Amino acid sequence: MNLDDLAELAEGYRAKEAGNAYEARVCMAASCQSSGAPAVLTALTQALGEGEGETGCKVKGVGCMGLCSAGPLVAIAPQGADLMGSTLYRDVKPEDAADIMASVGGAPLERLRCPTDQPFFARQRRIVLENSGIIDPDSCKGYVAVGGYAALVQALGEMTPAEVLREVTASGLRGRGGGGYPAGLKWSTVAKVPGDQKYVICNADEGDPGAFMDRAVLESDPHRVLEGMAIAAYAIGASKGYLYVRAEYPLAVERLTTAIRKAKRSGFLGARIAETSFSFEVEIRLGAGAFVCGEETALMASIEGNRGQPRPRPPYPAESGLWGCPTLINNVETFANIAPIIRNGGDWFAAIGTEKSKGTKVFALAGTIANTGLIEVPMGTRLRDIIEAIGGGIPGGKAFKAVQTGGPSGGCIPETHLDIPVDYDSLKTLGTIMGSGGMIVMDETADMVDVARYFMEFCMTESCGKCIPCRAGTQQMHALLDSIARGRGTRQDLALLEELCEVVQATSLCGLGQTAPNPVLSTLKYFREEYEAKLSGT
Amino acid sequence: MNDTHLSHDPLTPLPNPPPPGGREPDTAGATRIRVATAWLDGCSGCHMSFLDMDERLVDLAQQLDIVYSPLVDAKVLPDQVDVGILEGAISSEDDLRHAQEFRKHCKLLISLGDCAVNGNVPAMRNPFKLEAVLDHAFRETATTQPQIPTVGVPPLFRQVRPVHACVAVDVFVPGCPPPADAIFYVLTELIEGRTPDPSKVTRFGA
Amino acid sequence: MPPANPQANVRVVTLTIDGQDLSARADETIIEVCRENQIPIPSLCYLDGLSIWGACRLCLVELEGQNRLFAACSTRVAEGMRITTQTERLRRYRRTIVELLFAERSHICSVCVSNNHCELQTLAQKCGVDHVRIPYRQARYQMDSSHELFRLDHNRCILCTRCVRVCDEIEGAHTWDVMGRGSDCQVITDLAQPWGESETCTGCGKCVQVCPTGALVKQGTSAGEMVKDKHFLPILARRRHAP
Repeated sequence: MNLDDLAELAEGYRAKEAGNAYEARVCMAASCQSSGAPAVLTALTQALGEGEGETGCKVKGVGCMGLCSAGPLVAIAPQGADLMGSTLYRDVKPEDAADIMASVGGAPLERLRCPTDQPFFARQRRIVLENSGIIDPDSCKGYVAVGGYAALVQALGEMTPAEVLREVTASGLRGRGGGGYPAGLKWSTVAKVPGDQKYVICNADEGDPGAFMDRAVLESDPHRVLEGMAIAAYAIGASKGYLYVRAEYPLAVERLTTAIRKAKRSGFLGARIAETSFSFEVEIRLGAGAFVCGEETALMASIEGNRGQPRPRPPYPAESGLWGCPTLINNVETFANIAPIIRNGGDWFAAIGTEKSKGTKVFALAGTIANTGLIEVPMGTRLRDIIEAIGGGIPGGKAFKAVQTGGPSGGCIPETHLDIPVDYDSLKTLGTIMGSGGMIVMDETADMVDVARYFMEFCMTESCGKCIPCRAGTQQMHALLDSIARGRGTRQDLALLEELCEVVQATSLCGLGQTAPNPVLSTLKYFREEYEAKLSGT
Repeated sequence: MNDTHLSHDPLTPLPNPPPPGGREPDTAGATRIRVATAWLDGCSGCHMSFLDMDERLVDLAQQLDIVYSPLVDAKVLPDQVDVGILEGAISSEDDLRHAQEFRKHCKLLISLGDCAVNGNVPAMRNPFKLEAVLDHAFRETATTQPQIPTVGVPPLFRQVRPVHACVAVDVFVPGCPPPADAIFYVLTELIEGRTPDPSKVTRFGA
Repeated sequence: MPPANPQANVRVVTLTIDGQDLSARADETIIEVCRENQIPIPSLCYLDGLSIWGACRLCLVELEGQNRLFAACSTRVAEGMRITTQTERLRRYRRTIVELLFAERSHICSVCVSNNHCELQTLAQKCGVDHVRIPYRQARYQMDSSHELFRLDHNRCILCTRCVRVCDEIEGAHTWDVMGRGSDCQVITDLAQPWGESETCTGCGKCVQVCPTGALVKQGTSAGEMVKDKHFLPILARRRHAP
């Protein structure tokens, strides 16, 4: 199969849909499902049936449209239109179905309308999420119809592995799991390490509180991740891949399972992909709910069937990973960026974003913010724009206090630093990290000591217990924070807390421990007076 | 009282207080260092170890005055003491008051022995409920007149703490008991005006 | 310990540890070179003859030109490496780590059967830990006296996993493992059954001998009586891995 064959195939799939002038797209991602989307989908399907199909409309379950707080979301889209070109309805209930179907092709239903020209949609730039909320995640044909697997076919048919590596390197793409390690460098390292057996692992063990980017990508556009993995496997010379997904994401697992099955049947995975000599098998492994298994060495131990504990690095997975073989491990969003990079070229990608942080980043907006949900913006977007324009600011007339990025490994950014561009390096200078993309917004009522205690409790309970600083240190830091939060802490407690932060940060075995003090250190940096105010006199 | 707080700044080692020794002798002869000792919740073994310095005690007596101690007759802690030595953990209100008085009146305070330094055997009751411990000791295992004493005994804390968890301590001499040599080393260093490093001569459990 | 498959073509490198010029095989770790040259470096989980665990973090050293610290047990030497094993910062960190261990469980040396023969106790002295500034956790752990020869006291366990590794790697029984997370971690025999009921335990006692503290001891020992002997380990390990 070459690109022309694929284009023909895609044309055929699109032609089949051409009879329907409109699509009623119902978000069937986890968030909208939990607010009642399945009933809406059923109701719309029934309403369509009653209308005897004269509307030329098709009801279809799609992935995340982003504005989760307004769910269930339904978009009435002219065939082939994107989200901006659709009429979007918010907070849809099953009883609205008839009205919505009646409005198709006519005047929009104003009472449910959610404007798509508002900053939440207009200020985004969707690359990772380009198909999200548009295609049916369970349909491989749907993915192919919007240009899916073209990058894989192009890589296999027209590019050498070295050329793929060159494009990824040129793109400047950095790992989206939090560390920001250059993807091209990682890929070419694994490619260069000799070995008959190599592995590609997709880290989908998203566990930060308030983060749901990877879940949304997997639920909305699973084929895209598979395509990225397959391209990576081709580039580094791997024949086997693992998708490590946490078991708490049943819908993502279900859609991935379907996607793998359908991709294999269509010849995009498995033996002799796209009629070339390249073969690549993907298997799903479920995580049993340990946050530390998001750490790459712990994740690999878990795949091997061992206790999910990290081990010292080096050797890095690139050299000695899964079962001692060279292994490429990237996060969901990183793989989701690969297909467009191959399709449009590394230079195209490198033109987006800032000097050292290329492309876009998906963020999960949560906390006290008007528009909670999923957004994708170019790197370098000002934090203030994300929170005030896209996020719609703080509801209820309250004042903004801080935004927490990077989950339990990150830190809090106060109002005074809201004008920084969001990229890996700027966030680092503020004592926080990009992380995987969770953003928790807090208003003036937030208690920062409590925030630090919350994240420390998370790290304490998620510590695997292997190394002493993390196992015993997080425990002690939590006890000290608890004591301070309850007004029983002393100045000496605070000093001991700061000392433990330093030791745990410098001496822990893996990233979980090394970054566990970050929420404390950053709240101490910007909100020290809140700690001091709680200290008891003695 | 908070069970967990420390009473001195743990970040920086305590600024070494001016060692009481090494002073100018006055005209009437060398000024002797005034030493007070007490045992809190301990077995008195550390004081026995103190006595184990044997004939060296005679030499020491030239340079220090024991102004208050279970080993001497004085019953009142003087206002000004150079070196306070505490044996035993803080288990009761009495222990705490004693420790606080020592801190108040002593220029330099020494935790002598594991009980004072880390709670040791007295602290082994900490994982249990106080009531259960008392019950076990005075009722379940008593062969005659099983009853929990309440009169004339100080109320016990729920948790036994080392001395430094309650008052600031300047020198720690671990050991169960610390060997006489270790105690001698610490005292002679202080007399010489140096800050002793007891970890050279003793350790936990030594 | 030499690698499992000593290779003829391993290079020899020169490096500096604490200002001392040394040579070493390129497949050696920093801690091995330190031990060879009597450069003291504290450690608890590392033991010659067992696989590298890298968990106690006591053997962290500074490498010139690197910001982060490196565990001497899991870092291989390289040509021109300049290593510092003793700095004010390292000493402070080690002290705090030892204090964290003492505060975590009840290590009451005076009544321990391993008193005066305990690596943790010695380490505390060497690191200058004469008291623990960190609040004691006061958590209560169980003992397992069900085995006719040996006894396990979780209160004195530091989770170094030497028992787990020696049982798996040298004895080949894999009776021991770890369960739980964080501070709830415990070493277990078989599937957390009493040791005496373990079907896999061969009763060889290697775990007892390599245990650095009084967590694994012989039955019938009283305070200070448990003396351990680890000399068998490097010898056995070398024979096991002989080509």
